[in-house]
Amino acid sequence: MITLKEALTLSSDELEAFKNELRKKIEENSEINAYIDVKSVGEGVPIAIKDNIQVKDWAVTSASKILQGYIAPYNATVIEKLKSAGLTPFGRTNMDEFAMGSTTQSSCYGKTLNPCNKDCVPGGSSGGSAAAVAAGLAIAALGSDTGGSIRQPAAFCGIVGMKPTYGRVSRYGLGAYASSLDQIGPMTQNVEDAAILYDIISGYDTKDSTSADIKTESVADKLNASRKLNIAVLPKYVQNASDDIKKAYAKAIEALKSAGHNIIEKDLMDPKYDISAYYITATAEATTNLARYDGIRYGHRVEGSNLQETYIKSRSEGFGDEVKRRIMLGNFVLSSGYYDAYYVKAQKVRHLIKDEYEAVFKEVDLILSPIAPSVAPKFGELKKPMDMYLSDIYSISVNLAGLPAISLPVDKNAEGMPVGLQLIAKAFDEQTLFDGALSLEKEFCTILPI
Amino acid sequence: MFEVVIGLEVHVQLNTKTKLFCSCPTSFNHTQNSNTCPTCLALPGALPVLNREVLHKATMFGTAIDATINRTSFFDRKSYFYPDSPSAYQITQLYTPVVEHGKLEIDFDDGTQKTIRINRAHIEADAGKNIHEGDISKVDLNRAGTPLLEIVSEPDMRNEDEVVRYLKKLHSIVRYLDISDANMQEGSFRVDVNVSIRPKGDEKLYTRVEIKNINSFRFIQQAIEVEVERQIDAWEDGVYEQEIFQETRLFDQLKQETRSMRGKEEAADYRYFPEPDLLKAVIDDEMFDSASDIPELPDAKRERFISEYGMSAYNASVITANLEMAKYFEKMIDEGASAKNSVTWLSVELQGRLKNSLTLETSPVDAATLGTLVKRIDDKTISGKAAKDVLDYLMQNDSDVDSVIDKLGLKQVSDTGAIEKMVDEILDANPDKVQQYRAGKEKLLGFFVGQVMKASKGSANPQAVNEVIKSKLA
Repeated sequence: MITLKEALTLSSDELEAFKNELRKKIEENSEINAYIDVKSVGEGVPIAIKDNIQVKDWAVTSASKILQGYIAPYNATVIEKLKSAGLTPFGRTNMDEFAMGSTTQSSCYGKTLNPCNKDCVPGGSSGGSAAAVAAGLAIAALGSDTGGSIRQPAAFCGIVGMKPTYGRVSRYGLGAYASSLDQIGPMTQNVEDAAILYDIISGYDTKDSTSADIKTESVADKLNASRKLNIAVLPKYVQNASDDIKKAYAKAIEALKSAGHNIIEKDLMDPKYDISAYYITATAEATTNLARYDGIRYGHRVEGSNLQETYIKSRSEGFGDEVKRRIMLGNFVLSSGYYDAYYVKAQKVRHLIKDEYEAVFKEVDLILSPIAPSVAPKFGELKKPMDMYLSDIYSISVNLAGLPAISLPVDKNAEGMPVGLQLIAKAFDEQTLFDGALSLEKEFCTILPI
Repeated sequence: MFEVVIGLEVHVQLNTKTKLFCSCPTSFNHTQNSNTCPTCLALPGALPVLNREVLHKATMFGTAIDATINRTSFFDRKSYFYPDSPSAYQITQLYTPVVEHGKLEIDFDDGTQKTIRINRAHIEADAGKNIHEGDISKVDLNRAGTPLLEIVSEPDMRNEDEVVRYLKKLHSIVRYLDISDANMQEGSFRVDVNVSIRPKGDEKLYTRVEIKNINSFRFIQQAIEVEVERQIDAWEDGVYEQEIFQETRLFDQLKQETRSMRGKEEAADYRYFPEPDLLKAVIDDEMFDSASDIPELPDAKRERFISEYGMSAYNASVITANLEMAKYFEKMIDEGASAKNSVTWLSVELQGRLKNSLTLETSPVDAATLGTLVKRIDDKTISGKAAKDVLDYLMQNDSDVDSVIDKLGLKQVSDTGAIEKMVDEILDANPDKVQQYRAGKEKLLGFFVGQVMKASKGSANPQAVNEVIKSKLA
């Protein structure tokens, strides 16, 4: 597959021909189920779009039955930005329903397969975007990351996935899961493409009050792999990870050392606190964000004999189990008598996590961390919801702290499954994040060409 | 004996051009659902952006009630399902409202005042409207997202009279500030009443019952009366604990009773938490300074009218009670009319003639015209009695004061020569009465004046007539 950088040099005729071929290839590989639909809008370099990003005149459903029949009447800010940079939305990619999940199994369109091994999950929730890029069915894609939903599927499928600093990319037009955690980001074949796509979609937006009103410098034109950086590693923190991950982690440290970076050992607090703070915050926000799907104005509706019955029937039929579980959790933690014990406490923990990262970043430029405790599991391996929640231990503190992070492939295990790791930078320091990622990528290109 | 304890929540719709969190117009008398956008329809992915004009108006109100202005305030989500609330949560300010700890003075007829404390005033978004037509219910979201200021008093009122005085004062303040149209019938000034009772002397607050959305002062008085009666009856029958619980009730004007909106077991849990789509709302120095510079308020205007025009406290209260009246009065003064006559001619004569839903703003006689009329009374061009005819005429016909005076031949004769001539004629025609008067029957003066006025067809200046007769008979 050509890279985004290469595709940006193609003429419009060449692009049209490319898109026709791509469409054919997607059809031939339909069993992967990376795409829900292959639509395109006008001319430009095709970018696959996760099904929770609004594209005018497209059905946008967040892979949920409750939004069947809904057509978006406006473009998300990132879509406007793609279009003005000569890119174009091309195909909606599959995802976990309302971005709640780590496996892309909860979609109402069925599960997406991991192109590296079709018995394995592609990760989630942006599993469709990751699988599309990994299978050579997309040049690049947009995903969204609330608790690892870009980085983890990128790692499982062996591609690059980047979550920008909270506030760096406008959320206007992103179907909300958890407003204070969601960020849209690039999913690409390599670090440089991720930087190019990040440059295109980032920047202050008056339509999103939480977007950062600061100047966003471009990074792709200043990428510098030879910068020598101070990079924190977390020997104690990685103890909970599988051997595949530990092995890759050790290799990555060696690679970074040989590239001339300064490695400093650090520790972070027990990630069990991340899990609690995350699932309380995210479900509280989600329960209200999803309350608008009531069957009254749009989407799936089941007529009841009175208003209350219409609400209950529409929502009971429209939402899947995982979404219902999180709606109930969110309502519980916000309910009278529990608010202080859960929600308020979770916000305090969130502050502690933020402070802890800030302290580490006083001494280092980047942190090297696992993104998932193992490589992509097989379908059915994570049986209980709690198993899935615990698989988020390495990804969610980054969202709670609002930091930028990038996941990239550094190794393959004995079965040939990709192992990805993530680099984390301080808020709004995407340049350093991409520089370090490029350096790490270069080391591995020389060691194990993929 | 019981004491009644009342606190009020007033929802004032702020008169901004656009909605609270999007740029849709706030004028909702348009085609249903036409003033809507992804944000106020709560479409997937749409986000709220604060209209800062709302913050400005809230700050003005805070200044007017001498409150603490929170230069940094926050928004919260209040969750409940109803079709007129498209996101199924209302964006409001629970934890840190923009205005806190204010007060206003209510005035009694005897000139005394009472302070009513205002706990808070917070910004929130209005809901749309449900329209029920038989089996079908329709939703109009033109009003959804209109900015409201909810003004919450402390439970400082003790009877319906204080409630109405508080509401009238509050109403005049928001009108003077021009932050709301504050029209009760149109729903831009909505009142929820919280009522409880307690044995006299008891300091504790008992269970409060909320009565929602009552749209006139008269109904508010009635609703309080019947609710207090219900609570006292329950107390006296020994069933207070069972029958009176914290709930929301509706007032039925026809049956003159309050009714439960939902059962006890269905008490709402609004699951408030901070709105993650909005950052803190900050009032910067520039906004604070400009919003602190508020127009003259009713109390200050009343004091000024008393000292500047020598008005009685009562008259000053009447004139300043509402902004339209005060503005009308000041325009009359600008026209050169005397304050004393302006008060009477505005508050008695004109007001008495405004019927069939006519208001000062829609009155066929504007302030400049009435000011001119008063000027003609002041300078004795016409008598007060003649002026009433002129005003009657102007209420029905489009004309100006001086033309009407000419047309109706009402110009008052103050010319002493002309009056002397008339007086002489009357005295000559009544020699016997002149004699009696001179003999000491002084009350005949009235007779002579009456005769002269009659002869002049009312156009003679009665004071001048009086003086001429007295000097002739001296």
